[in-house]
Amino acid sequence: MSGGLLKALHSDSYVELSQYRDQHFQGDNKEEEKLLKKSCTLYVGNLSFYTTEEQIYELFSKSGDIKMKKTACGFCFVEYYSRADAENAMWYINGTRLDDWIIHTDWDTGFKEFRQYGRGRSGGQV
Amino acid sequence: MQKICESSARLLPEKLTIYTTLVGLLNARNYNFGGEFVEAMIRQLKESLKANNYNEAVYLVRFLSDLVNCHVIAAPSMVAMFENFVSVTQEEDVPQVRRDWYVYAFLSSLPWVGKELYEKKDAEMDRIFANTESYLKRRQKTHVPMLQVWTAEKPHPQEEYLDCLWAQIQKLKKDRWQERHILRPYLAFDSILCEALQHNLPPFTPPPHTEDSVYPMPRVIFRMFDYTDDPEGPVMPGSHSVERFVIEENLHCIIKSHWKERKTCAAQLVSYPGKNKIPLNYHIVEVIFAELFQLPAPPHIEVMYTTLLIELCKLQPGSLPQVLAQATEMLYMRLDTMSTTCVDRFINWFSHHLSNFQFRWSWEDWSDCLTQDPESPKPKFVREVLEKCMRLSYHQRILDIVPPTFSALCPANPTCIYKYGDESSNSLPGHSVALCLAVAFKSKATNDEIFSILKDVPNPNQDDDDDEGFSFNPLKIEVFVQTLLHLAAKSFSHSFSALAKFHEVFKTLAESDEGKLHVLRVMFEVWRNHPQMIAVLVDKMIRTQIVDCAAVANWIFSSELSRDFTRLFVWEILHSTIRKMNKHVLKIQKELEEAKEKLARQHKRRSDDDDRSSDRKDGALEEQIERLQEKVESAQSEQKNLFLVIFQRFIMILTEHLVRCETDGTSVLTPWYKNCIERLQQIFLQHHQIIQQYMVTLENLLFTAELDPHILAVFQQFCALQA
Repeated sequence: MSGGLLKALHSDSYVELSQYRDQHFQGDNKEEEKLLKKSCTLYVGNLSFYTTEEQIYELFSKSGDIKMKKTACGFCFVEYYSRADAENAMWYINGTRLDDWIIHTDWDTGFKEFRQYGRGRSGGQV
Repeated sequence: MQKICESSARLLPEKLTIYTTLVGLLNARNYNFGGEFVEAMIRQLKESLKANNYNEAVYLVRFLSDLVNCHVIAAPSMVAMFENFVSVTQEEDVPQVRRDWYVYAFLSSLPWVGKELYEKKDAEMDRIFANTESYLKRRQKTHVPMLQVWTAEKPHPQEEYLDCLWAQIQKLKKDRWQERHILRPYLAFDSILCEALQHNLPPFTPPPHTEDSVYPMPRVIFRMFDYTDDPEGPVMPGSHSVERFVIEENLHCIIKSHWKERKTCAAQLVSYPGKNKIPLNYHIVEVIFAELFQLPAPPHIEVMYTTLLIELCKLQPGSLPQVLAQATEMLYMRLDTMSTTCVDRFINWFSHHLSNFQFRWSWEDWSDCLTQDPESPKPKFVREVLEKCMRLSYHQRILDIVPPTFSALCPANPTCIYKYGDESSNSLPGHSVALCLAVAFKSKATNDEIFSILKDVPNPNQDDDDDEGFSFNPLKIEVFVQTLLHLAAKSFSHSFSALAKFHEVFKTLAESDEGKLHVLRVMFEVWRNHPQMIAVLVDKMIRTQIVDCAAVANWIFSSELSRDFTRLFVWEILHSTIRKMNKHVLKIQKELEEAKEKLARQHKRRSDDDDRSSDRKDGALEEQIERLQEKVESAQSEQKNLFLVIFQRFIMILTEHLVRCETDGTSVLTPWYKNCIERLQQIFLQHHQIIQQYMVTLENLLFTAELDPHILAVFQQFCALQA
């Protein structure tokens, strides 16, 4: 009982790792989790096809300065300069609307060359 | 069990009476448990105070007070503790904020335990009260104007927090401590609890003031509603009722407990016990706006409040949105006297909120702003909101969501302005070079190729030209920056790539201070319709060291920007620039600390191993530390210089305005002046921790007694904040 209550007091579910793991990640699950827990990069899914870079910048700047952004169709990656800024996005921007669509953010291991970025099986959007 | 109660005391203060009752029952069963618990709480309290955790300490004091109600702590010993608290008001040579805290800790516990303490020790309590009253009468309140959300006293006065609390406690005392709002579970267990043996609190000496002590800042109590605002529902407790204090405290505590879990936070807020007797939605909205508008800064990041309000709207779709709309209307009506910093936050909140609800709003209700001077607060507010809404959507959408009458307030289409673009520009100097550059850029020219094209550009400041012609040449900068930014106009990414690819050219052209300023000027001319692009470009240019922070500050105060000086984007750029400077200093300081720690560890290892060979390793590390030390000093100096430049420029333009008004015999209080003086205030408020370091310099160099009293007042209010 005591463990549960204290755990509830310190709950931080919005920032916890989701079930998603990159099937193309070069390394084991433990390594991937380690990177995810330090990551400043977020995957942003369920973007409208018309969502612009400006809109993404405007919304995600509300939690901190954006270092880099990579777009694809329907999803993108946003990297912050600090972990704290990314956490703020997970707490407060995830699950709200951008361009009328409810967007979804999740931790990502970060930008690397030759990575396949899509989260669908064939590399596109889920 | 002890750990749970201790944690709950700190982390769930809104539920404290549940846990104090639990402790009371356990104490009744096991006297030793009670004793150990109280000792642990006192230890915790001392630690919190020493660690400057004053907000946590207040909850601990409140918890201890309620333990009196649960027969765990003997009332006389609690009174003695409060005597010691209030005696801090007699301390000399300590900051007022220290004395304030101890008075606050005493007064804010009284709604819970005032009755019990008065019943047992009324003479002593009267004495403590008299001391408190005399302190409250003599303390300084210079800081208050700087912390008020509105400058007007009507309809709700913005009271200083201790004044408000004192009035509430006075009223409670007059009502013979009858307090009906707090849930007191221990009343149901009175027969068990009254049999319990009580403990005496050990004599408590407040930890002395040290140089490292940092006390909470004073506050102003934010009020926007009263009982007239919800005529059909339960009556809202008056501003000086203790119920109002307790409700607000508890709602603030809930937000504090659950800020990371917004759904839980919203659920806890709407299920507040006793909600049927109070207009809960009004209290919730008021408390959230109180935090959002709090000066100097909200307790949490602004976007948190937007998302929390959205969650609340989802949870209570039939009632909360209406209250929120009512609140928005009220805030709009009172824009004329709202502090500029708070207006900024209102703009950001409202635009972001609308973007989650398809921008639906009854804009016609605000048609009154259309006939006002466009520089006055209401039309300005609408313009800024529409601009922000556009950033979250697109230009045509904004034109569609407002009535046609509002088109004058709609933002410009964010297009690029290229001066060499059309036929009429043939006669402009540098036109042919611009065309040449355009061709070169399109054929993926290198930096060297660009340099050689630019070599042919004449320098309008011919006298200043000395060496290879790479001294400040405004025309070179003009053709290069205009053409490059125009070609890269498609998106932020394109523009960033352009800055990165031709970084060398940028650095060379912008080597001098005038060069940096001119780069910013030209960039602004190209993108003056797209403030968002301006902001991201300035950010990138600072980060890639094309321009420095001081250049941005000087640019903002330059004549080219005077027309846009009161626009929000300008101040967002300035504050972002200052934040970058601050983060840079912190980063290097951290590197220096880490290097020093590394050296210390190495020394320790050496003394343990008695190994001579690491002398050489030391040398490299010591050199690194020396270099970092220099870097830190240089960065700190740059940081200080940035603030001095900003303050200096403010003083210059404000003085100019004040002198002109005096000469012309016109009123000082123009919309421009209100905006400008509050922007100066905002610099102090938003960066108060850093600026505290410069107090002596500021006092001796800039904010001297000869300064106009209007400007000096801002500085004096700031000094009073931590005095």
